[in-house]
Amino acid sequence: MFKLVKIAFRNLLRYKRRTLLTSSLIAVGVTFVLVFVSSSSAFKNLMISQITDSMLGHIQVHKQGYMASIDSLPLTMNLSQKQYEKLKKAILSVPGIQAYSPRIKFAGMFSNFMETTNIRINGVYPDKETDVVPLLPGRVKQGEKVIKKGEIFIPELLAKGLNVKVGNTVVVIATNRDGSVNGKQFRVGAVIESVTGPGGRDGYIHIEDAKELLRLEEMEVSEVALRLKDFDELHRVSSELQSALSIDVNKSGKPLFDVRTWEALSPFYNVSRMIEVMTFFIRLMLIAIVLISVMNVMIMAVFERIREIGTIAAIGTRPGKILYLFLIEGFFLGVVGTFAGIIITCLTTYIINAVEISFNFGRQVGLILSPRLEIEQIVLISVIVIVVSILAALQPAFKASRMEPINALRHV
Amino acid sequence: MSLISAQDLTKVYTVGELRVHAIKSVSFVVERSSFVSFVGPSGSGKTTLLNLIGCLDRPTSGSLTVAGADTSVLSRTEAADFRGKNLGFIFQDFNLMPILTVYENVEYPLLVIQNVSNEERKKRILSLLDTVGVLDQKDKYPDQISGGQKQRVAIARALVTNPRLVLADEPTANLDSKTAFRIIDTMHQMRDELGVTFVFSTHDRKIVSEVEHIYTLTDGKITEKAEGQGGGDV
Repeated sequence: MFKLVKIAFRNLLRYKRRTLLTSSLIAVGVTFVLVFVSSSSAFKNLMISQITDSMLGHIQVHKQGYMASIDSLPLTMNLSQKQYEKLKKAILSVPGIQAYSPRIKFAGMFSNFMETTNIRINGVYPDKETDVVPLLPGRVKQGEKVIKKGEIFIPELLAKGLNVKVGNTVVVIATNRDGSVNGKQFRVGAVIESVTGPGGRDGYIHIEDAKELLRLEEMEVSEVALRLKDFDELHRVSSELQSALSIDVNKSGKPLFDVRTWEALSPFYNVSRMIEVMTFFIRLMLIAIVLISVMNVMIMAVFERIREIGTIAAIGTRPGKILYLFLIEGFFLGVVGTFAGIIITCLTTYIINAVEISFNFGRQVGLILSPRLEIEQIVLISVIVIVVSILAALQPAFKASRMEPINALRHV
Repeated sequence: MSLISAQDLTKVYTVGELRVHAIKSVSFVVERSSFVSFVGPSGSGKTTLLNLIGCLDRPTSGSLTVAGADTSVLSRTEAADFRGKNLGFIFQDFNLMPILTVYENVEYPLLVIQNVSNEERKKRILSLLDTVGVLDQKDKYPDQISGGQKQRVAIARALVTNPRLVLADEPTANLDSKTAFRIIDTMHQMRDELGVTFVFSTHDRKIVSEVEHIYTLTDGKITEKAEGQGGGDV
């Protein structure tokens, strides 16, 4: 076997330029795919972490039916104190949840005493909220990082539109569940950066202020956001939580709680799916490149070495060994191209990281693209390229092995 | 017992609607350790006969036994194994592998076709290269040596597996007279030392004058069998 490997290697070296060209083509293809995959994956992960760590959390739990009418943020669909306690118990029973944050969400009017506009308010426990969405303090553009009682964090768009600054007094008016209108004065504690999506116009107040404003006698919760210890366990935790909560059903026999991952909450999930589809097609292109280039080289190699094939067959080389000989050549082309491609990819990735390419996504500016090569991707691409190289060599190799030595020896 | 025995051997090629009778009911016997030549003009069927003996082609009818085996019933793989074990080939154009050195060309059949230990392999190759007179060229590639040296390497390659029979198709056609005689001498020496049977297909008078048995082929038939002058030693 080693001898066959040696002979195959020498055969490739015999046509140095052709081998170099084919290997280079494979290397370029491998580089292109790996750089694309690592960059798109970096972009996707960056955006997912922006969305989950600054607003959504990894998982949210609502009362069944809340999500269907989320646009109106209905107070009637809040979880009661008792239901919230049940939910807390379930959350604590599922391993892998790092933190949770209950939120009271409602729509209200925001006034600076001269102008009034609508606002969506999140009543949160500041410490619990920052545990679940750690990028929230980072979104503060002016003012304090922590929400205090009697203070409101308002989005930048609202601050600019109503010319409100940190320290100003404002009024938030909201309709409670009974239909009566209540108002409460707040001091603007901070102006926060708006983010892309409907949640980007949300303001934040302390949950105790929300209870007071809505005249809630006991704790009510619109949603509970969760943060996981390991993001990769998203689906495992989600389904375990779902099954832990499945014993609680509403009057119509449906589960009382609605557990959703970020994927069901953010439209960016569709973008991330698109990226995965594009990656799939890019891989298909790589397969086509490898298949065509290796097959082309191997067909040429067989054609040019017909007499040699005849000779080795005549002196007793079995057809199977002739087949292996050409398959090994295809394998080598794939291995050399892949190896070169991985080295070029490492260099390219290093350069991209060193240059710090920044981009804007919606209202988020200056995001840095940091592609990272994942070993799984490298292994997957390497296996694809090498297997396709062998497959591409299969037809010419089979043809060589089936040649009648007498005909091959006559070939001029 | 004879090494080769052919009885009413016939080979017909079909080219389109045309049937070409390359070999017509030929019978002959070749004894072990003999030096035999099939001679005749181009198209007389000598290469076809050599191909049949070498299991590179199958007879249309008749029987052919080589080294005790009925070669007409061998499968492709069995034929390859049979050739690797029992036969050696010497070609007109030497047919050495250009990517392998002289040593490696001779080593190839032992490595790929026969499993021989490292020590035994090295011993056999160096001994043969020395015998055929190209030991000093062992690290060179075929394109770095002369035609005569190439044919010596081809002889060494054909003999390295200790075959019972070596088939040589026009082995001296591409060599000058002096080199051709040296090659024939080398083959004689191999026959004498190793007891190998040599069968040639040639119309080179130099070879014809050195063999023991001469079969003349005309239009696919053996028209004459003569004794040559090279049989004195056996």
